Amino acid sequence: MSEHIAVIGAGTMGIGVSHAFAAAGHRVTMVDVSKPALDRAAAEIRRNVRTYPLLGARPEARPGATLESVTLTTDLERVADADFVVENVTEKWSVKEPLYRRLDTLCRTECVFGVNTSAIPITRVAALTDRPDRVVGTHFMNPVPLKPLVEVIRGFHTSDRTIAFTRDLIGRMGKASAVVEDSPGFVTNRVMMLMVNEAICLLDERVAPAEEIDRLFVQCFGHQMGPLATADLIGLDTVLYSLDVLLADFNDPKYRPSMLLRRLVDAGHLGRKSGKGFFAYDLDA
Amino acid sequence: MPDQLGVVRAFVQRHVGETPVDDDEDIFASGYVNSLFAVQVVMFVEQTFGIEVTGDDLDIRNFQSIAEIHRFVLNRGGERLAV
Repeated sequence: MSEHIAVIGAGTMGIGVSHAFAAAGHRVTMVDVSKPALDRAAAEIRRNVRTYPLLGARPEARPGATLESVTLTTDLERVADADFVVENVTEKWSVKEPLYRRLDTLCRTECVFGVNTSAIPITRVAALTDRPDRVVGTHFMNPVPLKPLVEVIRGFHTSDRTIAFTRDLIGRMGKASAVVEDSPGFVTNRVMMLMVNEAICLLDERVAPAEEIDRLFVQCFGHQMGPLATADLIGLDTVLYSLDVLLADFNDPKYRPSMLLRRLVDAGHLGRKSGKGFFAYDLDA
Repeated sequence: MPDQLGVVRAFVQRHVGETPVDDDEDIFASGYVNSLFAVQVVMFVEQTFGIEVTGDDLDIRNFQSIAEIHRFVLNRGGERLAV
């Protein structure tokens, strides 16, 4: 059975989510306010579909089939008949709030909203809508087509039926799901953001250079990448905004973002997506 | 004759950082790079040497060391070097 999946936001996560759902046989509509972002998204999906078999993904049955299933548009009205929405816009309440209010009036009553936020509590997002029972956290991991597990977050009002529907949808993508209760940062990011922030503090205090900090985690603990490369992959702006949410919600100074992190974000050094973060990246590669 | 091995070495070393990498060292097993780097290597080989990487080529063993990448480029007759 194929659903119409709406993916809001054509950034790193939106690209991966669209790719994964399209590869699983669903009709996908990816929406972003920026046409250039949509063009980049199409190119990246095309590239990733071709090269991810190198990393164990199943090749396309027919070249181009995946991208053919993805409609890219700046028109949010195109998601009116969606069965499931995955929202992946900037981690800012000022962006998410008007978006959810609009989606709630636009989409069918039965449509489920999957919130792919980094740290904002799902219950808070659900309160923006008249369907809090059909709002669920869907925390996909990067790169989405390759990661086997999705963190599913139950909001205060999220129904068992919504959880079951979401888990089934994720299962049909070939992924497993772990259901957790609603809390800022959930399980993964609450721990991850703290760890990444401490690594940034170590760098700022000149305890060790960036390469050595990461090498210790990779070679001593078997992490696939170190905390600073991880921050670059997530996006330093996303890391900062997530820490801001954690600090505001828990009112615990342990979540205070490193000043180096703030400086880098202010300077436009956002990690992989901007070509420079703690490491440099070739944007054409 | 362009120094293809030198170009491959420079590309890998640029992504690994300061730690010197031997030509035969498995850069993925060593933890110098993560699996996503394999995608970057494919793009590098295509854009630098004018090779189209298809189907059966997408085997990580073709890209897991400087020597293997160079061998792949030679076998596929890669000649063009991007200026």
